[in-house]
Amino acid sequence: MSVATQEATPAAAKPAKKKTRRGPEHRPGLNRWLPYLLLAPAVLAELLIHIIPMVVGIWMSFIKLTKFFIANWSAAPSAGLNNYKVALDFNNAVGEGLLKSFGVTVVFSLVTVALSWVLGMAAAVALQPPFRGRGIIRTFFLVPYALPAYAGILTWNFMLQRDTGAVNHVLNQLHLSDGRTFWLIGSNALVSLITVATWKLWTFAFLTLMAGLQSIPGDLYEAASVDGAGNIRQWRNITLPSLRPVNLVLVLVLFLWTFSDFNTPYVLFGTAQPPAGDLITFHIYNASFLTWNFGTGAAMSVLLLIFLMIVTGAYLLVTGRRSRRA
Amino acid sequence: MRLRSLVAAVAATAMGISLAACGGGDKNDSSGGGSGGDQTLTYWASNQGTSLDNDKEVLTPVLQKFTQDTGIKVNLEVIGWNDLQTRIQTAITSGQAPDVVNIGNTWAASLQATDAFLPFDGDAMGAIGGKDKFVATALATGGKEGTDPTSVPLYGLAYGLYYNKAMFTAAGLQPPKTWEEMVTDAQKLTVPAKKQWGMAIAAGSYTENVHFAFINAAQNKAEWFDKDGKPTFTGDGNVQGVLRYLDLMQKDKVANPSNAQYDNGTKSVNDFATKKVAMVINQNNADSSIVANGMKAGEYGVVPFPAPAGAEQVASHVAGINLSVFKNTKHKDAALKFVKYMTDATTQTTLGKPFSSLPVLKDAKPVFTTDATEAATFSDIYNTKSKPLPLVPAEDQFESTVGKAMNSMFAKIATGGTVTADDVKAALKTAQDQVAAGS
Repeated sequence: MSVATQEATPAAAKPAKKKTRRGPEHRPGLNRWLPYLLLAPAVLAELLIHIIPMVVGIWMSFIKLTKFFIANWSAAPSAGLNNYKVALDFNNAVGEGLLKSFGVTVVFSLVTVALSWVLGMAAAVALQPPFRGRGIIRTFFLVPYALPAYAGILTWNFMLQRDTGAVNHVLNQLHLSDGRTFWLIGSNALVSLITVATWKLWTFAFLTLMAGLQSIPGDLYEAASVDGAGNIRQWRNITLPSLRPVNLVLVLVLFLWTFSDFNTPYVLFGTAQPPAGDLITFHIYNASFLTWNFGTGAAMSVLLLIFLMIVTGAYLLVTGRRSRRA
Repeated sequence: MRLRSLVAAVAATAMGISLAACGGGDKNDSSGGGSGGDQTLTYWASNQGTSLDNDKEVLTPVLQKFTQDTGIKVNLEVIGWNDLQTRIQTAITSGQAPDVVNIGNTWAASLQATDAFLPFDGDAMGAIGGKDKFVATALATGGKEGTDPTSVPLYGLAYGLYYNKAMFTAAGLQPPKTWEEMVTDAQKLTVPAKKQWGMAIAAGSYTENVHFAFINAAQNKAEWFDKDGKPTFTGDGNVQGVLRYLDLMQKDKVANPSNAQYDNGTKSVNDFATKKVAMVINQNNADSSIVANGMKAGEYGVVPFPAPAGAEQVASHVAGINLSVFKNTKHKDAALKFVKYMTDATTQTTLGKPFSSLPVLKDAKPVFTTDATEAATFSDIYNTKSKPLPLVPAEDQFESTVGKAMNSMFAKIATGGTVTADDVKAALKTAQDQVAAGS
């Protein structure tokens, strides 16, 4: 669809102008071109901020764009597939690092999406029947989503400090630990990262599922209770199937967001980033900006793009087929 | 036909953008006003004072004097250390650069490799007062050996071992002269009951860590790059040097494991200033932070960071800030005048005190402290016990890869793991492979 609009745009602008001059009897012509004319700014913006940077990124992945050439890009020699070879050679330090980071990111994404969905679903269902104060609790739950990400994550950074952090203090007061746990370095870093990302994300799941729940007709539940179905049975046989279209989109969006999350590790760890919290976008950023090797960084980005496209494609294909069968 | 118009549209837009980008490279002096004679330089300064605002306060009168003398206006922007390298990188990539910029002198060879900076060749060097006015070791940090440097020294810095005089006297100790004495003293001054530790180290800061990897390896006479600029990270001297520094936390247990989260030098200096630790190794610009945190000038002393008995007496790298001019500047002469002004004796004396810096000029006296012994100690370290970091294009990669490897090893130690010489070697091997792949 987007292709159709793009190809029409360049031709659209000029004839439209000519025809307006001819007067009102030619209005049908204007009407024909008007939609394209109105779309043109959007298409142009899309080209500018999405398509062109992406094309440039792909081009960068095929040249040797190191610090020797960044002052004059056009002088950078072609690297052929070399950047990709380096990134995918898992016996070499760079490729091995990328593979490890990929593994961390997969675990991070799966756990974060699962937790966010479960929490969001539980909260949405719990807050469905009307009761006093429901509005207040719903608003309260949306706070993490309303907070600027930077402020929220920075607060977590303070709370997760070893000697001065609130988390260790509380755990110590409850006699659950000796209060000397490192949360931001070592293997606990992944736990912290998942916690913070889930905190940030679950309200979105909550919001979406809550909206979805409003569209399920109440008489379905009434009929079910008359038939003697309990809460769990109702949830499984009415709520879940009715929310299916919502869930399909929600899970995909959550996955894409978490997999390419950059803010959380960047703000939470700063420059002292532990290997256990080495998410792939952050890894690529380091590979590009710390070592000034933008070619390899671009190649890694393209690989990430391909991976996410395959996952998305496969997901839509599988779920789409199932919907048609159902 | 349809495809062709699509392609044409994309190509036209792309060209428009690249043309716009090229056009952006030409700086238009909007602040320069109408008259042709007006010149305005853009100057990016690094954060040397206690805050960005403090830098601005200190520099503004100095720059006003320059405008009075020469009629050249200076547009100042002070940039924090976390952003400076990225800003310079972006400036190089886009061509949207300032005229003059401060750089960490360890980046000099890497930035020189980008070819975006003006080489101080015979003419340019003459215009700023000749190379003979600078301390030779300081000027040597300006670029790769045997080339025209692309930066000249502005502020000199060196590491020293700060110690708390009262704590040393109370324990009946003398300031250490060797590494072994330092460790023994630190162990005696580590008193868990008083929550007092012998030392504080910025073990979570990769830039600090890599400096100590360098200094400790240099004490073992080990090099990080060979003559061809190829990394040699896994030599025995390198491995043992790194391990010696890690052992302050691991084997000697004189540093709080929490230090593994200290991601900048200020945190360890604050521990020293608030008397939680007896010693800290820091560059001489720690003075202003120490005093700002309530410690008085006479309460601490400084000795060179000691080497093991019989090892090479390297106590610091030649640290400091250099000044560079972007090659695409439209005001080359004005920029050179500005560099000359910033590096002349009067300006150096004016800025030496508020920025706690060592003089980069021959025969200049340090003015950053009133403590004559401290001044003499730092001058001695800077002039006779400092070695420049590797002056190779891959220096920046050395900093990030080795520094981050040390972060991880400190984290492992802090969380109860053990790091052996073999582990250090393996980590340095990975770092070396990363550097090799990047160059």
